[in-house]
Amino acid sequence: MPAGGAGAGNGDREDREDPAMSPTVTDGKLSEVASGDLPFAGEHASRQNATGGPFQTATEIAAGVSKGEFSAREVIEEHLARIAARDGELHAFNEVMSRDALDAADRVDRLVASGEDPGPLAGVPVALKDNLCTRGVPTTCSSRILAGWRPPYDATVVRRVREAGGVIIGKTNMDEFAMGSSTETSAFGPTLNPLDNNRVPGGSSGGSAAAVAAGFASLALGSDTGGSIRQPAAMCGVVGMKPTYGMVSRYGLIAFASSFDQVGPFAQRARDAAMLFEAIAGHDEADSTSLDRPAPSVSSLLGAGVSKLRVGVVSELVDAASADVASRVREAANLLATAGALVDEVSIPMCTYSLSAYYLLAPAEASSNLARYDGVRYGLRVEAPTAEKMTTATRSAGFGDEVKRRIMLGSYALSAGYYDAYYARAQRVRTLILDAFDTAYKRFDVLLAPTSPTTAFEIGSKIDDPLAMYLSDVCTIPSNLAGHPAMSVPFGVGDDGMPVGVQVLAPALAEPVMFQVAVVLEDGAPTAKSRGATASVVPAHAGQGEGTPV
Amino acid sequence: MSANGAGGAADGAGGLAAAISGRGAVGHSGGMPGWEAVIGLEVHCELSTETKLFCGCRNRFGDEPNTSICPVCLGLPGSLPVLNSRAVELAMRIGAALHCEVRPSVFHRKNYFYPDMPKDYQISQYDEPINVGGYLELPDGASVGIVRAHLEEDTGKTTHVGEGGRIAEAEYSLVDYNRAGVPLVEIVSEPDIRSSAQARMYVGELRAVLIATGASDGRMEEGSLRVDANISVRRSGDQELGTRCEVKNLNSLRSLARAVDFEIERQRHVLESGGIVAQETRHWNEATSKTTSLRSKEEAFDYRYFQEPDLVPVIPSEQWQSDVIAGMGPMPAERRIRLARALGAGDGEALDPALYDQVVTAVELGLDVLVLDAIQLGADPKTALSRSVNEIAANIASVSRLSAVSFERLVTLERSGKLSATQAKAVLSEMLARGGDPVQIAQEKGFEALESDQLADAVKDVIDSRPEEWKRFTAGDEKVVQFLVGQVMKATRGKADGKAVVAELERLLAISQAPRAEVQQS
Ligand SMILES: [Zn+2]
Repeated sequence: MPAGGAGAGNGDREDREDPAMSPTVTDGKLSEVASGDLPFAGEHASRQNATGGPFQTATEIAAGVSKGEFSAREVIEEHLARIAARDGELHAFNEVMSRDALDAADRVDRLVASGEDPGPLAGVPVALKDNLCTRGVPTTCSSRILAGWRPPYDATVVRRVREAGGVIIGKTNMDEFAMGSSTETSAFGPTLNPLDNNRVPGGSSGGSAAAVAAGFASLALGSDTGGSIRQPAAMCGVVGMKPTYGMVSRYGLIAFASSFDQVGPFAQRARDAAMLFEAIAGHDEADSTSLDRPAPSVSSLLGAGVSKLRVGVVSELVDAASADVASRVREAANLLATAGALVDEVSIPMCTYSLSAYYLLAPAEASSNLARYDGVRYGLRVEAPTAEKMTTATRSAGFGDEVKRRIMLGSYALSAGYYDAYYARAQRVRTLILDAFDTAYKRFDVLLAPTSPTTAFEIGSKIDDPLAMYLSDVCTIPSNLAGHPAMSVPFGVGDDGMPVGVQVLAPALAEPVMFQVAVVLEDGAPTAKSRGATASVVPAHAGQGEGTPV
Repeated sequence: MSANGAGGAADGAGGLAAAISGRGAVGHSGGMPGWEAVIGLEVHCELSTETKLFCGCRNRFGDEPNTSICPVCLGLPGSLPVLNSRAVELAMRIGAALHCEVRPSVFHRKNYFYPDMPKDYQISQYDEPINVGGYLELPDGASVGIVRAHLEEDTGKTTHVGEGGRIAEAEYSLVDYNRAGVPLVEIVSEPDIRSSAQARMYVGELRAVLIATGASDGRMEEGSLRVDANISVRRSGDQELGTRCEVKNLNSLRSLARAVDFEIERQRHVLESGGIVAQETRHWNEATSKTTSLRSKEEAFDYRYFQEPDLVPVIPSEQWQSDVIAGMGPMPAERRIRLARALGAGDGEALDPALYDQVVTAVELGLDVLVLDAIQLGADPKTALSRSVNEIAANIASVSRLSAVSFERLVTLERSGKLSATQAKAVLSEMLARGGDPVQIAQEKGFEALESDQLADAVKDVIDSRPEEWKRFTAGDEKVVQFLVGQVMKATRGKADGKAVVAELERLLAISQAPRAEVQQS
């Protein structure tokens, strides 16, 4: 690992691990976290990526492994070493799958050695949010109620990652059942933002975002119900993408709100996210809501530019953001205009009702989805004299406050006598929001907005104020209500020096054009001079990068 | 089945059947002067699919507990349902058979906690069911309206061990999830039923329809059909409905009839003594022959229905619907008419009630096709029907050994006098036991020479040559029987079977004394 590696944050408390940290982590350090019997590969050169960043990107790893320039085992060992060195502090992972990962890496290496195609993700370490089922490996949703449960099957996306040659390296921490925006509702403790350990990584897929930002995995999968991929991506300075609803199979994704949930990629760069998206997208007959059509190729359009593309900046969402974040969005719009896009402001007033509708509909579905955790078949059981008391005791002990809050909210919204006033009305709002987007997309190819209204906030600052926490998703929720794709691209930093994410929204199935825009933003972002370095390249001090001309 | 079982049900469709049955839909008089019972039934029918409603697990009764399960039907986290199209086809067949409108439909979640519900919600259809409106015509000519017939998944099966057999009192409970996710169609009737007898007739007829569509095996003893009854009573002539109670746990036609009778009496007693019937769900206890309160209206579950987001709407194309319905045979009502016509009914002419009962039974047992085919081949209609609802019905499991051709031959042998009724029954029972041709079986049994007429000829020769002995035999002298048999044995050089000779002698005797033959046959 070269200078400026994993340790850099926005303060100097991590200097001790910074350049001094050996590129080949010592055995001792590794065995503390990873499985103790890990055979260590000994000395091998850390590979600096093409753009000068400290971590190789997924694209570079896949290319190098496929060509036999280095082995998948070396790649995985290096990443396991980084995890061993630093995850004790960050807690990005609930479970590091060292042995499985090395076995998988060896299989990839054997394929390469025998001249077979190891797949597009050959040897690339992929972290999984802990709500994706992995056969035989604990899958907890960061909840006590599922602690110790080992699914008997793999999620479809997990299978597809493996089939593409990707190496599953571990299961990442999250808000309990994906309910939260900071990863603080995890029953196993919060994940720290790798860029500033006093701050949250966002959520609910905070562990996945942090894992990519910290160089623990080149790629990660998260799930996005109301912004749970995009918001932590923005807060950790990485790319995060939510596909069109139905584009990626939900089979094996433990449900939060079924009509919103979508699995999507985290990556250091948009093109790496595109690679993982292509690996997981496409029809799955095990998911009735998966679209029965081939997934679009996004990679082919990555270099197409934005000339003549019509870009609308959503004023209501920009207005919802803090001044520094709003500035970055306007700069991003300017960048696109400079690159030839036709940029204009667009007002979508219905967006302002998104949060209210979402916090009725998503909890309603959740109240039903989480009913199965009753202590009868799997997971936690708190013994009691009758079945009913056992279920009550189990759920009381097994669920955290935020999950209980949403179950109650959702049950209430669906109750006889309240259904029409809450659930049914919220459904109508959802339809109106979809209509409003449809209207907007008659004028625009993509829309631009902030991802999160603020940069990463301090740990503990919002956890006792649910409403403030919910507002963190105000810019991301509209796409979930509409079922549309959207992605967050790092674009400069806020006044506090923490990364800002700019969000590209697109109509259903328009992932290709969305990526096309994302790549242009990424290439022109204020941090472009050290793009790809993720954690280390984000300016460490407040003010740096602000107002960078585009 | 009594004629007055037919109630003030919807009329119209029952006209033809009424004409043929010779009964018609008559108002209920019942055993409760001054009072009228109003009954609606909810029948849950397990569909005979190969696999469950939302997964690929085997749908079969009687497997070892918890062997036919997977992540989907166990509701494991992350699993998702995928609709079994065969179940949709069978549901559409049921809809067509009940004259329902088949509609685009959606699934909802019905939320409530119970240990045998893997997801703690049941995937069911709510306000947009696949089949709506329709009717079922009963054998007595009455017609019961059908509100809806919708698809849903079954729950697992809980066995409560300990006091009372109910969850609250159980020491522990065992759950078998093999049944979880088995496809059900719930058929909800209008409150058109007026008595326990008619309730029983309705379920019997519905069962026959379900079997005829291929949707169900109709085995109530295996839980393939389960019935809940909504019962209220009111003063005769009242237009408004009384407060109803829903009675659950009716696992046989007998339980249904008894529970309905009990509940009618209970409610009537409450009302007659000036009380008010509480709207509630009641449990039929087979052991005590009583219904007891399970939960009051206030304690009723709020199921918090909402559309199932894991499934997409079911919109069967016209083509699919017509393909599915095209593969369906005629329903019992139509089959009864067909069989009754073959027996001479029609054009306003009714069948003799006893004969119509046989028609109903034959259709109920699915023997009408065999009888009609045999009639087509030349069998005497009444003899064929009689043999089917008596001898064949008694050995219904073996009916597949019987072809229409061999059945017709048997009936004709009997009808032409070549076999006595007793012989015909013996041959038929042998045909059912091991299959085969009636002539051959008759020969083996020594009812020989029927085809070659050797035995009959030999007996005839002996009778002709011994008029004196024959006369004594016809006069009832049993001592002469052995002599006649001996003569026939001699003439056939011992080839004849003694019993067969006696039978032939008796047959000839019967022919010579026709009135007595009728007595013997019955
Ligand atoms: Zn199953």
